Amino acid sequence: MYAVRMENITKRFGSVTANEAVDFAAFPGEIHCLLGENGAGKSTLMRILFGLCRADSGLICIDDEPVDISGPRDAISLGIGMVHQHFRLAERLTVEENIIAGCEPSKNGLVDYDGARERILEVSQRYGLTVDPTAVVEDISVGQQQRVEIIKALMRGAKVLILDEPTAVLTPPEVEELFVVMRALRDAGTTIIFITHKLKETMEISDRVTVLRDGRTVGVVNTADATPDSLVEMMVGRSLPIHDSHRVPAKDGIFLQLKDVSVAGKKGSRARLDSVNIAVRGGEILGIAGVDGNGQLELEEVATGLQRPSKGQIIVNGQDVTGSDTRSIRDSGVAYIPSDRLKRGMVDSFSIARNSVLGMHHSAHFSHRGVIKEDVVRRHAENLVDVYDVRSESIDQPIGSLSGGNQQKLVVGRELLRPHSVVVAAQPTRGLDVGATHYIREQILASRNKGKAVLLISAELDEILELSDRIAVIYEGRIVDVRPTNQYTERELGLLMTGQRNGV
Amino acid sequence: MDISGDASNKLSKKNAEWFARPGFARFVYSAAAVVLALLIGAVLIGVSGYSVKEAYYNLFMGAFGGVYSLATTIVMATPLLFTGLAVAFAFQCGLFNVGAEGQLYVGALASAVVPLALEGLPPVLRVIIALLAGAGAGAAVGFLPGYLKAKIGAHEVITTIMLNYIATLLTTFLVKTYFRDPGPVDQTVLLPLGSRLPEIIPGTRVSLGIVIGILAVALLNYVIRRTVLGYEIQAVGQNPHAAEYGGVNVRARMVQAMMISGAVAGLAGSVEAMGTLYRFIPYFSPGYGFTGMAIAVIAGESLWAVIPAAILFGALQSGGQSMQLFAGIPMELMTMVQGLVILFVAAPGMAEMIFRRKSCGKEGGGRA
Repeated sequence: MYAVRMENITKRFGSVTANEAVDFAAFPGEIHCLLGENGAGKSTLMRILFGLCRADSGLICIDDEPVDISGPRDAISLGIGMVHQHFRLAERLTVEENIIAGCEPSKNGLVDYDGARERILEVSQRYGLTVDPTAVVEDISVGQQQRVEIIKALMRGAKVLILDEPTAVLTPPEVEELFVVMRALRDAGTTIIFITHKLKETMEISDRVTVLRDGRTVGVVNTADATPDSLVEMMVGRSLPIHDSHRVPAKDGIFLQLKDVSVAGKKGSRARLDSVNIAVRGGEILGIAGVDGNGQLELEEVATGLQRPSKGQIIVNGQDVTGSDTRSIRDSGVAYIPSDRLKRGMVDSFSIARNSVLGMHHSAHFSHRGVIKEDVVRRHAENLVDVYDVRSESIDQPIGSLSGGNQQKLVVGRELLRPHSVVVAAQPTRGLDVGATHYIREQILASRNKGKAVLLISAELDEILELSDRIAVIYEGRIVDVRPTNQYTERELGLLMTGQRNGV
Repeated sequence: MDISGDASNKLSKKNAEWFARPGFARFVYSAAAVVLALLIGAVLIGVSGYSVKEAYYNLFMGAFGGVYSLATTIVMATPLLFTGLAVAFAFQCGLFNVGAEGQLYVGALASAVVPLALEGLPPVLRVIIALLAGAGAGAAVGFLPGYLKAKIGAHEVITTIMLNYIATLLTTFLVKTYFRDPGPVDQTVLLPLGSRLPEIIPGTRVSLGIVIGILAVALLNYVIRRTVLGYEIQAVGQNPHAAEYGGVNVRARMVQAMMISGAVAGLAGSVEAMGTLYRFIPYFSPGYGFTGMAIAVIAGESLWAVIPAAILFGALQSGGQSMQLFAGIPMELMTMVQGLVILFVAAPGMAEMIFRRKSCGKEGGGRA
């Protein structure tokens, strides 16, 4: 008997096939990972199950009964709940208001808040989902908001809980807490479908794994029988070589230096960056490790002129560029892979060709007397797409029509092709699948091996450990430690990142 | 994390394809919208108790039936071509210039007054200086909202609306106080022949203005498609954060785009004053600046499309007049048809929105 069985599901969007004869089945009371690269069709399959879109063909059974799900309402009444990657909460309302919205318990014609609160607390205690029902949603952390979503689903009677990339937004300690909750739910009989592309989490939490690739089911395995390597091979259809992280001893001079740099916070709050001193030499990667939101964004923007420091100096290639605008800092030799690709890194309605010169469009190479040299730009774009393996139909198609991985390859390629001695790479592989992540990490290593100074800012500790020659840990806007990578243990880093300095 | 929805990429690709549709497809679509609007207009005319056949016969003849009608259509379309272009250009920078009307008034007054002080100069020079004066005056009025937006973040829609009142009333005040032609009416002195825009079709009022308008479209299209300035203006319009990342001075581009937009709207006033009225008359514009917004919406991303859109509205205007004159059907019915055209052309955007809600599109991933 299966809690959920989906057979032969096919779904097309126009000419694109998202799911092709996909089979999926989950037992009651198991944590079942739906693993696959971005674009493999995982979310589409689960959106079909939750009634957000309809399959073109195929059969869905819940508890071995064929069902027709034409909307989320049907799904909810069948005991299916879904926690989306982007939460659907009203930020200004309280936790309890959000949870009961849509099925408000009433008493004498009024909303029965006391009763609701009692039930929320009961559910939250049973599974370790600690929340304060009276807190306003916008004031609580992302991890807590996720718990609100889970409670919401449980209170609507979910016996099958779909979690769409739930760990993407969480800090490492929050991920651990989520896993505790997931195990508690499983032990109480809930079926959890966990959509992810992260191998480590798959291995840690799941009982069984279904792997999708290019919209098809590649296989179903018991996690106990799988290895990370075997799963990668199923996901990408080949095994990935290990990075050549041959470290060249940094011998060149300091190419990028921040001296005593501070960024003031908003009125009354603590400084976003507090007297940061870092120096990056040519031929080395300095990794900045830290939990998201501890000053990483300010660091990348201050180093590239998007924000002005309230104190301190920024020195690029020996020149003081403090207070210069972004154009002159970048023109002095700074390649910059921004953490927010969609917001900063590209104009998504512009063609690939036009995006391939963003930030260089004004240079003498690409323009003459204010007129853009169209043919030079096009040749540059063709070359970029070719060298950096950007999968596209034409350089005239809007960059917004590419997949996230290909967009990022274009951004990385554009930055590494411009004349530079410094690379500021912020969250360079965020949200990318295994293949693209591997490729981009290799490019960053290659850049280091060519003698560039790389400042790598990443919330992925694995990435920092794998690539960096030295690691600086940032916590609440301060650099709390800097050492060569091999002089940290993972545990030390974890403690430093969470501000427990004395624990080391 | 930004794009991780499996469906969203495919969907945004679909959106992109829609927007990348060639100009021809868009033209066909717009033509269909016009036909649909005219069909509904026919129903309205019929319900109101008029003869549809007579109405549309007169509409067509008044717009295209002969040299005089065609000329009237072009005369009506000329100021709309400029105001439509002005609004469409500001759109490229993500700015909504609601102030074309006011910019048009100051441009008209400048062009009606400046040549009077240049009697000694040869006509060609006089006309050129007068046009530049009109463009300059419009640019100055465009500068203000651009500067306020860049400096303190004041929304351009609010500031341009308010400047419309100021500019319109200021021109009236200036005419009454300083530039009034002696006589019973508040207006400036009639421009001498050498200070007017010459007629290009003798015996009609079609002036050089329409040619200048088409040249302006060509020039600004070149600026947008080929120059660094145009690249940066579009980047600011599409994604100011990315523009900033690309080293673009976002504020300066906003001010420049508003000034160029204001200059073009100022020229709308210039060609009216120098090519049609031959003087400045307070409150002469029947809302050219506002109709320009509708034209810009219909033209969409393409500046070239401003030309057919302006001619369409010119034709509805001149045809509507003859319909009123010869068939006794109120002009308002044609204004309704104009409104329906805008509605139907804007409809795919609405359909897109509804479609996105109902499909698997995920917020965050796909973008319209």
